[in-house]
Amino acid sequence: MAQYITKRVVMAIVTIFIILLMLFIMLRFMPGSPFNDEKLNDTQIEQLNEKYGLNKPIQVQFFNYVINVMKGDYGVSYSISKDSDISVMLNTRVKVSFRIGGQAVLLGAIIGLLLGIAAALNHNTFADTLCTVISVLGVSLPSYVFGLALAYFVGFKAGWLPLLYDEKQTFLSSVMPTIALCMFTVATVARFTRSEMLEVLGSEYMLLAESKGIYGPKLIYRHALRNALIPILTVLAPLVVDLMIGSLVIEKIFAIPGIGSLMVTAIQSNDYNVTIAIAFIYSAMYIFLMLIVDILYGIIDPRIRLSNKE
Amino acid sequence: MNKAVTLGGEIASTRKFSVEEYLDSITFEEDDFEFDNSEFISRIDADYISRSHWKDALIRFKKNKGAVFSVICILVIILFAVFGPMMSGYTYDQQDINNQNMAPRIPVIENTGFFDGSEKMLSSTGTKLVNKYTKDKIDIFYWFGSDSLGRDIWTRTWIGTRISLFIALIAVFIDMVLGLSYGLISGYFGGRVDMVMQRIVEVVNSIPTLVVVTLLMIILQPGLSSIILSLIITGWIGMSRIARAEMLKLKEEEFVLASRTLGAKSFRIIFKEIFPNIFGQLITQTMFSIPHAIFTEAFLAFIGLGVPQPMASLGSMISDGYKNFTTHPYMIISPLIVMALLMLCFTMFADGLRDALDPKMKEG
Repeated sequence: MAQYITKRVVMAIVTIFIILLMLFIMLRFMPGSPFNDEKLNDTQIEQLNEKYGLNKPIQVQFFNYVINVMKGDYGVSYSISKDSDISVMLNTRVKVSFRIGGQAVLLGAIIGLLLGIAAALNHNTFADTLCTVISVLGVSLPSYVFGLALAYFVGFKAGWLPLLYDEKQTFLSSVMPTIALCMFTVATVARFTRSEMLEVLGSEYMLLAESKGIYGPKLIYRHALRNALIPILTVLAPLVVDLMIGSLVIEKIFAIPGIGSLMVTAIQSNDYNVTIAIAFIYSAMYIFLMLIVDILYGIIDPRIRLSNKE
Repeated sequence: MNKAVTLGGEIASTRKFSVEEYLDSITFEEDDFEFDNSEFISRIDADYISRSHWKDALIRFKKNKGAVFSVICILVIILFAVFGPMMSGYTYDQQDINNQNMAPRIPVIENTGFFDGSEKMLSSTGTKLVNKYTKDKIDIFYWFGSDSLGRDIWTRTWIGTRISLFIALIAVFIDMVLGLSYGLISGYFGGRVDMVMQRIVEVVNSIPTLVVVTLLMIILQPGLSSIILSLIITGWIGMSRIARAEMLKLKEEEFVLASRTLGAKSFRIIFKEIFPNIFGQLITQTMFSIPHAIFTEAFLAFIGLGVPQPMASLGSMISDGYKNFTTHPYMIISPLIVMALLMLCFTMFADGLRDALDPKMKEG
């Protein structure tokens, strides 16, 4: 087990380094630099190079870059808000994005699980068909279709919820984005739960448990759901990625001051430094989640736990 | 010779026989060993039409109403994408500043009250029905309306659909060529080759697609070729994993061994022996990657990295129409519906295909 975890952690660190290297190379070749649009003479440029450490050998620069990123210092913005620290810009935005993303994952996972279980237990009935329809719609329609539909009908026509994000009504204005974002999670989790539950319900150990006299909710939760949940763990990490992609668009539609909408603005106004900083945050978060899921998977699934002991 | 034989079963296990004793205990009757009468053989029905695997799959596929419907839907969309832009008499980049923001108006149907070119105007004092066509006395038809630059949305929608379909084709190509060969080679050769190739997959896979794609689009100029390049870089992983898993399963089978014994080389074994066996699954996986590719393009267009103007793509139209979707919702509705239909139909088609090609999956 320890060996398995070590291998995963090393792999994650290596990947982060590769990403950092990629980002560093990109930063070097980007047309934007802290002083490219000012009329500077050679000595001034030299002084600035000295100040930002750009005259040092490239490996030292990379080393400094890695240290800075680890400290949470991503440099300054070039065009969105000139010369302001990116880490300061991100500070409040990260919280908003994480709150809405977290709500979406939680809500999506809960509804998806319930739907999937209901469909599997009532196999080939109306509940099952309903679950299938919802999951097909949720999987195939991009989140901004739901977002735009909600914004138009609920936010604009009916006026029940704020159409655009409102700092004073943080919860109410996060309802529509959360629903729009969680549709994909609901669909994927429901789909997966349903098929896993059906497989588990038909297995021999369920028959054994039943013949031992276990019945009702205990049979479903202790014996069926626990085994069905293991594979569902694997879809959670990719789901978070889809949430990130969704959040870019959804945050833009609902004008949410999160990192997704900041990234879109940064891309559109060619602010490479900000784009790369957010790209790094996204990748780091994704790798971290993948690591956690892998380790959890190893702990939960006896096959992985035992096979690595040998 | 006097070995004790233990017979299986609960009763016999309590007693021990020697071989001789056992043989002595058996007495054969006259009709103990007889040929099974031909009655049984004659019962096998030989008068049926044999069905191939593909025909079987086709029959199963036809039973799936949703899948059949989506195939028809995809075909209709393809038909419109091919002929649609020629039907309205406008070109996709033809601007008419006098005819901005015209609501949809379709001949014949306009008499029913729908699509008659009128739209609700929202003002601080309430809503009012406005018909720009009758007000300005213009006798033309914009079937899906016109956008804020006075371009025909019908033509632009179908031009955009062409791009989405083209992206779908590219996705199939990437899956079938890159993902497939990578997975098959990695699975077939195994050992060190597999080790190295799988580490590469792990690293590439742990960088979010979103990050790779946006970074690429920053370096390159936004446009169709950069979208294709970013799809190539990120699209092959899913397919390669499935191809590898299938290869690992099949390469230990007897028919592969037989082929190798007969002197077949790796290339022949991979593409002539194993490939036909996993073809069904590969097609299904390919179909699943189509909606993903279409979405990637639309997503890039939405965040401003799509095909440059005046070219239309569904994503860029949605992105443009979104800016004034509360006042002129028809601008966003037609590209949004076509894209939603495309993605829904490809997913349902892939679902049906999977159920038809792999009957075991149907229970799940």
